[in-house]
Amino acid sequence: MNTPVKDTVSVQNLIVSASPHVHAGQDVRAVMRDVLLALVPGVLVGLWFFGLPALVVLLLSVGGCVACEWAACRLLGRRSTVGDLSAALTGVLLAMNLPSGSPWWLVLVGAVVAIGLGKAIYGGLGMNPFNPALVARVFLLISFPVQMTRWVVPRGPGTGFDAATGATPLGAVKEAISLGRPLTAVDLPGAGDLLLGDMGGSLGEVGAAALMLGGFYLLWRGIIRWQIPVGFIASLVVVTGIAHAAAPDRYLHPLIHVLSGGLILGAFFMATDMVTSPVTRRGMLVFGVGCGLLTAVIRLWGGYPEGVSFAILLMNAVTPLIDRYTRPRVFGAPRRVLFSVRRGS
Amino acid sequence: MKFKGGIHPSYLKLTAGLPIEAMPLLERYLVPIGQHIGAPGDVVVEKGQAVKRGEPLTRPAGFVSVPVHAPTSGTVKKIADFPHPLGRPQLSIELEADGLDAWWESAAPVGDWRTLAPAALRDAIRDAGIVGLGGATFPTHVKLSPPEDKPIDLLVVNGAECEPYLTSDHRIMLEQAVDVCEGVGLMMRVLGVGRAMVGVEDNKPDALEALRRACPPDLPLEFRLLETKYPQGSEKHLIYALCKREVPAGGLPMDVGVVVQNVGTAAACVQAVRDGRPMTERVVTVTGSAVMEPRNLMVRIGTTLQDVLDHCGGVTGDLGKVIYGGPMMGMVQFDLECPVLKGTSGILCLKESEVTQFEGRACIRCGNCVDACPMLLVPSRMGVLVERSRWEDLGEACVTDCIECGSCAYVCPSRRPLVQYFKRGKLEWRAVQRRQDSHA
Ligand code: SF4
Ligand code: SF4
Repeated sequence: MNTPVKDTVSVQNLIVSASPHVHAGQDVRAVMRDVLLALVPGVLVGLWFFGLPALVVLLLSVGGCVACEWAACRLLGRRSTVGDLSAALTGVLLAMNLPSGSPWWLVLVGAVVAIGLGKAIYGGLGMNPFNPALVARVFLLISFPVQMTRWVVPRGPGTGFDAATGATPLGAVKEAISLGRPLTAVDLPGAGDLLLGDMGGSLGEVGAAALMLGGFYLLWRGIIRWQIPVGFIASLVVVTGIAHAAAPDRYLHPLIHVLSGGLILGAFFMATDMVTSPVTRRGMLVFGVGCGLLTAVIRLWGGYPEGVSFAILLMNAVTPLIDRYTRPRVFGAPRRVLFSVRRGS
Repeated sequence: MKFKGGIHPSYLKLTAGLPIEAMPLLERYLVPIGQHIGAPGDVVVEKGQAVKRGEPLTRPAGFVSVPVHAPTSGTVKKIADFPHPLGRPQLSIELEADGLDAWWESAAPVGDWRTLAPAALRDAIRDAGIVGLGGATFPTHVKLSPPEDKPIDLLVVNGAECEPYLTSDHRIMLEQAVDVCEGVGLMMRVLGVGRAMVGVEDNKPDALEALRRACPPDLPLEFRLLETKYPQGSEKHLIYALCKREVPAGGLPMDVGVVVQNVGTAAACVQAVRDGRPMTERVVTVTGSAVMEPRNLMVRIGTTLQDVLDHCGGVTGDLGKVIYGGPMMGMVQFDLECPVLKGTSGILCLKESEVTQFEGRACIRCGNCVDACPMLLVPSRMGVLVERSRWEDLGEACVTDCIECGSCAYVCPSRRPLVQYFKRGKLEWRAVQRRQDSHA
């Protein structure tokens, strides 16, 4: 184990730096690698259903984001940060937020927006207030609404090539409601299909079960904390549950809300984006609950069928505020008046 | 009780099973006159003077000051500035040993601590040059003299040894269990308290058992196993874990009626009073993968780092860092001519490949540091404030409450040099405060 021995120690050039002298070993790259790994099951399910076009979207998106990151570092004269894998992760997340049959230019525009407008102009990783992939998604949704809502409906596994286009379950519902039809007139996938992913949507809107698997992996690895996904899903269930109980023919069952659209992807992978969510545990809970409430409101009463992206972006905007007001009570600081049950004087 | 936050580093207590060995006598020792927090003493010996082991070389200069003693018998060769572990050279006494290792005649037993007056005990502790041996090096007699307006009702004895690698306290508890218990009793007498709690992390149940068995029946010591978690040995967190009292921010243990002492210090106190032995040696864990033969050594104060490492078979060729203390809060060394001091609990030698470089990339706001901080601060925010030189905002971020334990930096995936930031931040915040005061 121990290499050469010297009878007398004579050492120069000892490393001099401040404490601590050891580290847990984790680094940014390892964190990003874990998140990418957690996305594998979800991506595979998506590819299984949507086939080659989805793979093209995925590759274009990742390639585009990585290239933009590299170019941005070059332009700004910074050390390249491609190696930290954060751009690759943004690429995967962006692909999962796009219709699986998106044209190549749409994907590339998305990549440029995500890395350029979503991240680089703020100074790169860690500085961006908004989730870059969602910035791109919303940008595209507003600029190219037609292309962004042309959803491919999978016709069974492995047949992605000749899939037809159609509406997402949430889109179909919104349309039915706006036409004054009751929900029973809408052909909705069953819970089993939703879990497995057999329905129309983007790459990341199908395969709730596979995505959840990845989410649990991240929880287990300690990369994400439970507060955001649980707060997100629970608050959505509560609001949509109440709505459903009050008017079942107007509002979907909460389970369908949870399993459809970008909710699972959003709750486990998008809202938990470290850079744009709070750092304190209580802050994370507030953030998650906020995301869930906003999503419910947009889905039930807003103009768009899906509200996850908007909800997360809105909560991103208030993250600094949440952090400020959820700071833990410093050890030894006086307790807040409300809980003043201090021992003795 | 458990405190919030903290981390679970790899403990790597390589030397836990190795008994304390005495290091053989050397020819030369280097004793700095300043080895404690407070004023260094005034030198009372001259060049060429013959001294014996335990003979004081300095006289305390003020209340917060203790003497240093000759580690062996010999001749004072030089009194000059020599390399010092803190970085800048300091006035030190170079001693040439005569090989006889004869004790100073006046180093005689003081008496039975059970009958001596507290004031006499306190003087004996000061004259023996005893300081906090856990590494804090605050003069023990001062800590045992709380001001009148701070009534003390509990003595907490720190046997946590939460720093990875270090095992000196562990070995002291095992091998000097009687002295530790007696020392606690002695300190209780000085403080006039009826209650003492000894806390040991639960990775050393044998140490606690040894103390329990050795405890004289007339001493009402309470022994507690604590969760193994860094920084369990931090005074504030140890107190909280033992008795759920929270030392107020900016305050001291005495603000909640507690005095904390280290197990080694307790043993040293009783050895000084009962045996008349001032501090001429201490237990040092020499460890790390870059040292050939890790050991627990009884080392004379003033032994140079070079001599200690030579005695341990030397170091490997890829030695990267030498640290006084543990890897979390220890002090890096750059000169092997530096001597072992009273506060040197360990000498840790890390290989180059084990040394973490904290390069300071951008914070990715992962929240790891927030979860890890035992003071419940938000290190990520404080780090950004320091980076942006927003010194005036640091007070509100409570930077002064940071105990520099390094838990945040340990878990930071961006490897941000957070502790360095906060040391700087504290200085800058104090400067801001001074400016504000002078305007007011
Ligand atoms: S070094 Fe300071 S900020 Fe970091 S964990 Fe320790 S107390 Fe908290
Ligand atoms: S651990 Fe490091 S990267 Fe994570 S929030 Fe704290 S400072 Fe930022």
